[in-house]
Amino acid sequence: MNSYDIVIIGGGPAGLAAAVSARQNGIDSILILERDSQLGGILNQCIHNGFGLHTFKEELTGPEYAKRFIDQTEELNIEYKLNTMVMDITKDKIITAMNRTDGLFKIEAKAIILAMGCRERSRGALNIPGYRPAGVYSAGTAQRLVNIDGYMPGKEVVILGSGDIGLIMARRMTLEGAKVKVVAELMPYSGGLKRNIVQCLDDFGIPLKLSHTVVNIKGKERLEGITLAQVDSQGKPIPNTEEDYSCDTLLLSCGLIPENELSKGIGVDMEAITNGPLVNESLETSIDGVFACGNVLHVHDLVDFVSKEAAAAGKNAAKYIKNNCSMGEPEPTISILPTDGVRYTVPKMLHIHRMEEKLTVRFRVGAVYKNCYISVYFNSQQILHRKKAIIAPGEMEEIKLKKADLEAFDGLETITIKIEEA
Amino acid sequence: METKNLTCIGCPLGCALTVEIQNKKVLRVTGNTCKRGDIYARKEVTHPTRIVTSTVRVENGDIAMVSVKTASDIPKEKIMDIMKCLENITVHAPVHIGDVIIADAAGTGVDIIATKDVSAAC
Repeated sequence: MNSYDIVIIGGGPAGLAAAVSARQNGIDSILILERDSQLGGILNQCIHNGFGLHTFKEELTGPEYAKRFIDQTEELNIEYKLNTMVMDITKDKIITAMNRTDGLFKIEAKAIILAMGCRERSRGALNIPGYRPAGVYSAGTAQRLVNIDGYMPGKEVVILGSGDIGLIMARRMTLEGAKVKVVAELMPYSGGLKRNIVQCLDDFGIPLKLSHTVVNIKGKERLEGITLAQVDSQGKPIPNTEEDYSCDTLLLSCGLIPENELSKGIGVDMEAITNGPLVNESLETSIDGVFACGNVLHVHDLVDFVSKEAAAAGKNAAKYIKNNCSMGEPEPTISILPTDGVRYTVPKMLHIHRMEEKLTVRFRVGAVYKNCYISVYFNSQQILHRKKAIIAPGEMEEIKLKKADLEAFDGLETITIKIEEA
Repeated sequence: METKNLTCIGCPLGCALTVEIQNKKVLRVTGNTCKRGDIYARKEVTHPTRIVTSTVRVENGDIAMVSVKTASDIPKEKIMDIMKCLENITVHAPVHIGDVIIADAAGTGVDIIATKDVSAAC
């Protein structure tokens, strides 16, 4: 059985940044396992621009952003296997994987970085009533068909969900000659960036219907049309608001779910809100030497933050290897508590002596708040009160904790992060 | 006097901007809550531009399509002209990131360049 110091599951933006960082922090023996035929993950099909503003101070397309990290991976001679599906990972870090050249094989790792990303919420998970004809796709599937495989899914399109992928696909389908009739959003606000609403919908006169959902799918073999209805504040369709749209394609952009079958197989503790593993300051899961980063940990909106988070995971995994497979003595754990509008934080706990000088804590809120404050409390003492003009569920927020501040605070047990209205 | 309504793209606040225009000159921007809104509105009503991204077919490549973009932003009203001139383009693998696919596309003076590498199929 081959063995490596660090095996990274997934060669998308998280896996690549983790690998590069682990190498730069002194680890020679690294292997990336990727199930697609190329490195770069979902960036390869995200051909629109707007990536990398934070990291490279320029606007790149998805494939260009991926290339920067793929080039570093190649220059640093980091080993990877493509077309390789990981089937199982045990608690002892034995990885079972398969591909067409090696067949079924096992690899032993001292540390593992989970970087499998996420997948789209499917029609089955949405419980949309009606028939099950051809023509209903997730927005990301349609994106791959158009941008990589060169197929057009249809000519008359309705999109359910106004997340960024849905908005981007509204523009993409329009540019390729399709008629996008409407984008419907269940919530009273869009989860997508304002820039995408303006440049993907307004630019092409595509209507956005908030507080609307699809209540029927028609057509036995091929999709023939859908029925849209307005919903009340509970998300329930309001009778007599139904409107019929004829279409041959329905795209679903209704949320992303971290892909954690392998993580659950290892037995790491999970976080109910993020659907990702529970991690500490080192982005280490409940199992020693198993780290997680990127969309498998929690769904991000900007790839720049995925790269940053993954670089931290790579550095921590390197630290674990160099410290004889240990992150150091266990000591009292300080929990990070999200309340009052803050839905979750990553990480959710920390050990002060294992922290870097500064620790980034990322979080999301549950609703739109205007003219509010992000507040941080050590036990019951307020230590940060930062004014924000707006905070929205679609934009991840972050605060930084300084190790020196935590060390200086006597008897620190809990760090609370909350939204306080003005 | 003419007025135009826009949504600011500067931040999630998405201020509803109203721009007052007379003789092609911006008189006043209202509805913005910061300076970025003013700058955005003035550019958007006088000279709106966009980067266009799309794909073209690759012959003998390991994937069917190569992603492309305008090397810099082009006037917004030229978006469909750019798409038109990409319609029947086929390139041969290998294609390298940065390769010029079409020079001076649709008379904009801007090149269309590849945004990914596509190797030849083996």
